[in-house]
Amino acid sequence: MLARRHFLKVSLAVGGGMLLAAAIPTRAKAATLAEPGMDAATLNAYLRIAPDGKVTITAKNPEVGQGVKMMLPMLIAEELDADWSDVQIEQADLDKRFPGQVAGGSTATPRNWLPMRQVGAAGRQMLIAAAAAQWSVPAAECETAPGRVLHAPSGRSLSYGALATQAAAMPVPDVKSLTLKDPKTFRIIGQPMRNIEVPRIVTGKPIFGIDVSLPGMLYAVFQKCDVHGGKLVSSNVADIRKLPGVRAAFEVKGGSDLRGLLDGVAVVADSWWQANRARQRLQIIWDEGDIGGQNSTDFAATALRMSKGAPESILRRDGDANAAFGKAAHVLEAAYSYPFLSHTSLEPQNCTAHVQDGKVEIWAPTQNPAPGSALVAATLGVPEAAITVHLVRAGGGFGRRLSNDYMVEAAWISKVVGGPVKLLWTREDDMRHDFYRPAGFHFFKGGVDADGKLIGFSDHFVTFSQDGAVAASAEMTPAEYPARMVEHLDFGTSMIPLRAPTGPMRAPRSNGLGFAFQSFLDELAHEAGVDPVQFAHTILGAPRLLPDPPGPRQGPGFDTGRMRGVIDLVAEKSGWGKQSLPHGTGMGLAYYFSHLGYFAEVVQATVSSAGEIAVDKVWVAGDIGSQIINPLNAENQAQGSALDGISQALGQGLTIERGRVVEGNFDSVLPLRMRQAPPVEVHFLVTDHPPTGLGEPALPPALPALVNAIFAATGKRIRSLPLKDHDLSASA
Amino acid sequence: MKYILEVNGAKRDVDVDGETPLLWVLRDTLDLKGTKFGCGAAQCGACTVHLEGHPIRACQTPIASVGAARITTIEAIGESKIGQSLQAAWIALDVPQCGYCQAGQIMSAAALLSRIPAPTDHDINAAMSGNVCRCATYTRIRAAIKQAADAGRT
Repeated sequence: MLARRHFLKVSLAVGGGMLLAAAIPTRAKAATLAEPGMDAATLNAYLRIAPDGKVTITAKNPEVGQGVKMMLPMLIAEELDADWSDVQIEQADLDKRFPGQVAGGSTATPRNWLPMRQVGAAGRQMLIAAAAAQWSVPAAECETAPGRVLHAPSGRSLSYGALATQAAAMPVPDVKSLTLKDPKTFRIIGQPMRNIEVPRIVTGKPIFGIDVSLPGMLYAVFQKCDVHGGKLVSSNVADIRKLPGVRAAFEVKGGSDLRGLLDGVAVVADSWWQANRARQRLQIIWDEGDIGGQNSTDFAATALRMSKGAPESILRRDGDANAAFGKAAHVLEAAYSYPFLSHTSLEPQNCTAHVQDGKVEIWAPTQNPAPGSALVAATLGVPEAAITVHLVRAGGGFGRRLSNDYMVEAAWISKVVGGPVKLLWTREDDMRHDFYRPAGFHFFKGGVDADGKLIGFSDHFVTFSQDGAVAASAEMTPAEYPARMVEHLDFGTSMIPLRAPTGPMRAPRSNGLGFAFQSFLDELAHEAGVDPVQFAHTILGAPRLLPDPPGPRQGPGFDTGRMRGVIDLVAEKSGWGKQSLPHGTGMGLAYYFSHLGYFAEVVQATVSSAGEIAVDKVWVAGDIGSQIINPLNAENQAQGSALDGISQALGQGLTIERGRVVEGNFDSVLPLRMRQAPPVEVHFLVTDHPPTGLGEPALPPALPALVNAIFAATGKRIRSLPLKDHDLSASA
Repeated sequence: MKYILEVNGAKRDVDVDGETPLLWVLRDTLDLKGTKFGCGAAQCGACTVHLEGHPIRACQTPIASVGAARITTIEAIGESKIGQSLQAAWIALDVPQCGYCQAGQIMSAAALLSRIPAPTDHDINAAMSGNVCRCATYTRIRAAIKQAADAGRT
């Protein structure tokens, strides 16, 4: 364990002023997750105060639209008591001194909430010490106002800039001696803070990965096999070299890791359009390998067949579910399914790389740069010390950019070409070479007693395997709701072998499981004649913390009281059960706990006699703890998450045929559009728990809330997505 | 082929294949990176620019078809009062998340407001539904258009 006195380090900044570095323990989410204390801490967070008063704060994490480039500096600036108008934010490169440089899992808030504030508090304490020394007064008599140290008894004050150089000579405070602000006195945290990037965004400044430009840079495209991992046999690449603007065209022999460099043909040209146009003349013979059964229709048939037998493995067994079904007053069986999905971040995958003299420089819109750097090192055979990765703003991530396939492709192509190269994928590349949200099939049975109590529940979950193990993000845990709240419960799983790679997509696992479970629970409530809010109350029972079962995804447990809190709030705000809605209009409720956040949502939807769905309104209630750090962004993220779920439910799903994804663009995968987008009203329930993240947990309830609203509106129960594949017309 | 374009009020000479889409001439030849590539199929609107004040999808506009028409991009939309109002509203309401689509959104919104100074929700739906926001900031885009429209009336 690192000695506490090494937690902070101060030095003179170049050109004077103060430079503060701090160690953020990699396990700093301890505060929230009750994990062991600090380990492997290194100097990693920077705060620079210049003599002119400018405060420069390094934002260490990748920005993909979640607002973390604002959020982390806000935490430091608050405890420093900086004047926000003096603050400049600098994006960090990938740097081994910064653990947790990742945009994923809604982890930035729980991991950084305390350590970042401690950095700011240390800076403030040293500035106070410097002022106290200069005035020869006790530090305890000094206080701060934004950007200044004040000594009230004598009426003196000094700006942070004037104190910075002297503060750099002050002893570094022990982290245990730091006094953090009383949240009631926050001036920055909790305020609606406008994102500093917006002026650049609305004027078209080149701030995204795709905008990176280097002198002498060439443009590349890379054609892979649409059957993932297919091997290149031969190509007409020699013909491609003769086409206009083409500077290089070559075959690439990759490996077998679907997350690494794969077989393909690279085309490099003076402009991207020339490269992509030349690529259209490519003729490649692939060895696709075994694609038997790799079809969406086969998957569905296999799942149905598997559902008739016993699950391959038992995930959880409490009591005797079959006996409970025998005693239940209402028993229901239903099969639910959801499709494969592509992330479709609007900025297609891209990366710029310059390999030269054994050094590799990379500009990558990635959510997860460290594994990318390791992948490039291993593939190119260079030490990681020779690789620099610049983190560039990404036009959306949603989990897609947790993989770094585009990074290793760009680096490899640059290495072969011997100069700077920007690799850019087409939309079709992006949709057909994704790490897909896995499809899933659930065969449910539920039993409710005469009092409206859920007494038995079973799910045979048919999911996918890859290379013999459960496919990425295709698993379910034994803690899946309503487990632990139903006396007799069975969860079993079976797996279908899959060729296509899968991976995390915003609210991984929860984005599909939430739809299936919350729709079926709604179905059970209606079957038993119980209002869904009341049904939820009965399942949740008294407020209590239910610990998670041991396992790789063991979390801090499930708080039934927090779940009920947001259900009651959303019911109140939406006027649940109190409104007389017109014929064809209905409200649906769903609730879900994921990524440490408790969310309940109500959707009101209207279905016309022609079967057209109008989503009229969405109400969101969330509990992410004691502090909404930036209410302006929090509302935006919650609205976007809910509408992301609505978008998936309405119009998105991929078809796999002969091992390849059929859909390639927004004509067949339909993103939500303005005319479909309802107002989304967001409410936060502030509770006495550590603050947690908001990139994901508002998504899962939106899909089942919509499907449940459609049932309320029409009496039609939708058990598979997307909705565009269903005929909801009155005559159907 | 050589073409003389009028981009953001300035004459620009380019030498490219006539089939090259305007999008790539703007981005890679003229280094105007504000106009974005999202789908290459006129499905997402990220590449929206104005041709003689009308919104078009630059990814589907061959350079040979442009002729002497005036091209306006996000880099210059702030030179008009409507563009300025929209940019100010986008900042005030903190519209973007990732921000990638927002140049195209603003270009479509500017064309809408120049045609209909006080658009209804229906007008906004009709004019803006060709622009995808993957982060789904539609609530704020709608509010920002209305705020900019209000600013234009005062």
